[in-house]
Amino acid sequence: MSIAQAFLEAVESLSGNKLRSGLTVLGIVIGVAAVIAMLAVGRGAEASITGSISGIGTNLLFVFRGSPDNSIRNTRPITLADAEAIADPFAAPSVAAVAPILQANREISYGGERATVEVSGVTPDYFAVRNYELTEGEFITEEHLLGRASVTLIGPEAADALFGRHDGITGETIRIDGQPFRILGVLASKGGGAFGSEDNVALIPFSTAQARLIRRSTRDQVDMLLVQAVSGNAVLMATEEITQILRQRHRTPVGADDFTVFTQQDLLTTFQSITGILTIFLGGIAGISLLVGGIGIMNIMLVSVTERTREIGLRKALGARKRDILIQFLTESSLLSLIGGIIGILFGWLISFAVGQIALARGTAFTPLVGADAVALATIFSAAVGLFFGIYPANRAASLEPVEALRYE
Amino acid sequence: MANVIEARDLRKVYKMGEVEVEALRGVSFEIKRGEVVAIMGPSGSGKSTLMNTLGCLDRPTSGEYVLDDEPVASLTDDQLADIRNRKVGFVFQSFNLLSRQTAITNVELPLRYSGKSSGRRQRAMDALKAVGLEDRMTHRPTELSGGQQQRVAIARAIVNNPAIIMADEPTGNLDSKVGREIMNLLLNLNKESGTTLIIVTHDPTIAEQTQRVIRLRDGLLDGAQ
Repeated sequence: MSIAQAFLEAVESLSGNKLRSGLTVLGIVIGVAAVIAMLAVGRGAEASITGSISGIGTNLLFVFRGSPDNSIRNTRPITLADAEAIADPFAAPSVAAVAPILQANREISYGGERATVEVSGVTPDYFAVRNYELTEGEFITEEHLLGRASVTLIGPEAADALFGRHDGITGETIRIDGQPFRILGVLASKGGGAFGSEDNVALIPFSTAQARLIRRSTRDQVDMLLVQAVSGNAVLMATEEITQILRQRHRTPVGADDFTVFTQQDLLTTFQSITGILTIFLGGIAGISLLVGGIGIMNIMLVSVTERTREIGLRKALGARKRDILIQFLTESSLLSLIGGIIGILFGWLISFAVGQIALARGTAFTPLVGADAVALATIFSAAVGLFFGIYPANRAASLEPVEALRYE
Repeated sequence: MANVIEARDLRKVYKMGEVEVEALRGVSFEIKRGEVVAIMGPSGSGKSTLMNTLGCLDRPTSGEYVLDDEPVASLTDDQLADIRNRKVGFVFQSFNLLSRQTAITNVELPLRYSGKSSGRRQRAMDALKAVGLEDRMTHRPTELSGGQQQRVAIARAIVNNPAIIMADEPTGNLDSKVGREIMNLLLNLNKESGTTLIIVTHDPTIAEQTQRVIRLRDGLLDGAQ
């Protein structure tokens, strides 16, 4: 019997029992839809994180206190003097700009409205390094820094929380931890990222933060240095130069650095490996439901073989060989799971789309990505599931003795 | 006339747990080409076993069986399937039609397994014409009377031009009038095409219409004891 014929017979047989076929297919539909949706969400998360890391700026390096694996005790803090040393163009020619940062969550208020935002003490270099733009007002300048001025730039989300709008508020005075600050300008929206909203922030002069808002135990201590390399190719060189300078200044023994230099690429790689594991994990869980769907197919095929014992006996009496019966039942089970796979792909795509829409409605730029490879994987895997779980029932049907099968009531 | 069936010393032993049951205890006979033969015997006489063996559904434990010049006693399952397909047409008591398929598709079924794809529909139509059902080709078994269903089954049995037709109580599920029509149809087909007809039956009035009766008793030919 040819494959085309077996296919036609399988279609006839399955459509003869629509409810049962439908319910069996449902198991595969759910499994495949789950795999597709989970892979898409994982991919989307990866793309979103990649986007927000690139969005921080270009050719950046991050310098933190403490060794990468936290194995070194008695670490020295990073200080403003370290920042100045790194900014020295003779000691570190690959470095374009250095921006020291103090960072903490603080409550801001205006009238009766309150909000908690991320307050950062920054220097004028920070805006260039982070590619910030303003919708109104002006940036923090050296004068503000020298005078420890009580001025702030606020993000549009923080502005919305206090004023219900984010324009025409320059010159208003808000309170940060109870202290008055004049609004110098409003930052242009950077959109939501993987690390929370970049718009729910307030930026103040570094010296002001140091003196009045974000006190640290050591004088001139900074939380992080944001360093920009002169070009993409200079990033590795800059890492080397920064490391040398800090080793000298901190007098650390070789191999026991008490600081960490992290490039944007390192960050990207780290997060990509995390999302990669996440995707595999989610996909694996979804794969289990596909397996359960496959067992459902096996179950129904076994019932079908028992029900159709007489039919199998008759077919054998009329000259069907073992192979013919095997093909007949394998075609049916594969067809079941293939149909389930196709519907599941559509369904999974719909789920991904819905997740994207929900994320959009909540202001998070997150788009699940249904890749062609995920679709191919789901199709092949679902057909394989049908084939695999069809083998046992089909074999059982094919090995029936014609005499016994014909006598079966 | 040549023999279409030569059975020599057929034995069949069933193992039922520890107990061995001898269903056939050395049966030998010949059936000539074109002959109409009835196989009779009380239940438990080995009648079904003999029919299964002659129809190549089962192999004898020992003995020789030549069907249409081919020794079949020791063939593999697939070879037996091929022999059944080409040389044997079955007619069952309970018709055994595929209920979801039309009459013509049911008749085509043996041709599907014989690997011939050309002229399949035409041959099935010819077979249905031969049993007088040319106007019921696209009906499903549920839309046909018992007699008509058995006619479809007979069309299915003759569609591959078999050497023998094995009919197992072909009139058992039909009332006597329809039963007579079916018997006449079988006998006419035998007359027209010369196909050997073997009928397994309890019914003496059917056995009377055949040329020869093979009687079984306790796994042996009656009178052979």
